[in-house]
Amino acid sequence: MTTLAETPPAAELPLRKPLLRRKLVPYWLLLPGIIWLLIFFALPMVYQASTSVQTGSLEKGFQVTWHFQTYWDAFKEYYPQFIRSLLYAGTATVLCLILGYPLAYLIAFKAGRWRNVVLILVIAPFFTSFLIRTLAWKTILADGGPVVHVLNTLHVLDVTSWLGWTEGSRVLATPMAVVCGLTYNFLPFMILPLYTSLERIDGRLHEAAGDLYATPATTFRKVTFPLSMPGVVSGTLLTFIPASGDYVNAELLGSTDQKMVGNVIQSQFLRVLDYPTAAALSFILMAIVLVMVTVYIRRAGTEDLV
Amino acid sequence: MSIPLRWLRRNLITIAGLITLAYLILPNIVVMVFSFNKPNGRFNYAWQRGSLDAWKDPCGVADMCDSLSLSLQIAAWATVGATVLGTMIAFALVRFRFRARGAINSLIFLPMAMPEVVMAASLLTLFLNMGAQLGFWTILIAHIMFCLSFVVTAVKARVMSMDPRLEEAARDLYAGPVQTFVRVTLPIAAPGIAAGALLSFALSFDDFIITNFNAGSTVTFPMFVWGSAQRGTPVQINVIGTAMFIIAVLVVLAAQLLSNSRQKNSAKP
Repeated sequence: MTTLAETPPAAELPLRKPLLRRKLVPYWLLLPGIIWLLIFFALPMVYQASTSVQTGSLEKGFQVTWHFQTYWDAFKEYYPQFIRSLLYAGTATVLCLILGYPLAYLIAFKAGRWRNVVLILVIAPFFTSFLIRTLAWKTILADGGPVVHVLNTLHVLDVTSWLGWTEGSRVLATPMAVVCGLTYNFLPFMILPLYTSLERIDGRLHEAAGDLYATPATTFRKVTFPLSMPGVVSGTLLTFIPASGDYVNAELLGSTDQKMVGNVIQSQFLRVLDYPTAAALSFILMAIVLVMVTVYIRRAGTEDLV
Repeated sequence: MSIPLRWLRRNLITIAGLITLAYLILPNIVVMVFSFNKPNGRFNYAWQRGSLDAWKDPCGVADMCDSLSLSLQIAAWATVGATVLGTMIAFALVRFRFRARGAINSLIFLPMAMPEVVMAASLLTLFLNMGAQLGFWTILIAHIMFCLSFVVTAVKARVMSMDPRLEEAARDLYAGPVQTFVRVTLPIAAPGIAAGALLSFALSFDDFIITNFNAGSTVTFPMFVWGSAQRGTPVQINVIGTAMFIIAVLVVLAAQLLSNSRQKNSAKP
């Protein structure tokens, strides 16, 4: 923008100069932001890679010794947390899709003049710190609270305990509480892209399907859902990626048995100060997520996500 | 028996949607209600009795309002930084052809496709290796970094959907490049830029994971809340949370009304 503003009126310049300047404009526009990303996003990845193959201690300092063993050791010790992270994040993503789709559909097709009000209600929670809202789940799911009481009376907790999702008549400090928190925290990231892609669907397509004797269920299966695929893909990505690295829900709503890989990275980096292990774990998580995302995007067939 | 069943079937989606909405809103209601609580111990998780104490003295907790004002400052600066840099990139990407487009596109996409904890940890290794003093500046640098991509996406979407003929028309009417940009391009792109800025502010203000790694001993508001979850949660946290919620809803409603009245005005002959 500055370069544009500094360009003097073209008439005062010889003809060739503005052409050259015009060619350079995109680079000037890109330069500051791209440098920022290179130094504070790409370069840190290099540093992290180098840290992960270092050995040493905090007192003596760390040296690069190409000690790839760290990766294997870290994975061997913490693979339960990796599996748990992917499992919880995957479950939360599926739940977000099941819960979010009806609401996105409601906003796009049925809300009418309430559309903006409902949209605001979906976005507004963002403006209260998510930590405060996650802490509120401690109250909602508290032992002996109304939610636990109802679930207990309906014998839902018996089933979930049998499945290993809850323990006895407790919901807090169980996998169910963590997944519930993850689902809650990332639900808007599912609803908004779903809504955007549903809203673009031409209403006449529904009428046409009805005219051709499709039942509402068939219309949904053959018309609405396929057309909303871009929203489904970006929604699931926007939910799964942050959920897989999250450590807030596991810390606040879970116990030590629900620790995810984010918790391990956090404590290795900030408390244990074992930087090589932490860097290796972080790299493995990044690799797993990137591979899964790439495969998923290929199979879902939408590459124009940016 | 069959009439309520039919009604249920017809309104199934609406009912399911409203249940989801309730699930989304419930914690905010709990936060609001518990801002009027007077807890017995250090933790504000169980209802005891109603009281206005916390609302009368919102800054009554040591360090909380300092952390709040620090978070607001960081969010403001991060918004300015990310919006300026991101808007420039978005214009370059939409309006110009140049080399290395693909690489630049993935450099912008990757921060959004990366678990936050990975970015947080790698940035910390950079700062540790450079021997940087962790605090205000490292937090600000990190926040501008992760907000940037979101601004680019928001502005790009807006600029791409804009009719290039409007700018051509301006040029045909002898507007210089600067005039065209300021009088035509910028006003049309403004909603995208505003959306990017708002998103940056919200993301930066609420960020915990990246901040927690790169803050050193500096305490932002989310870090204060995190710490209080271990030490004891003061009711004032709920007051701030409720106030933020109400302010945000009012701001969004005001913006809505403003754009509605503008549309009505422009519709008049």
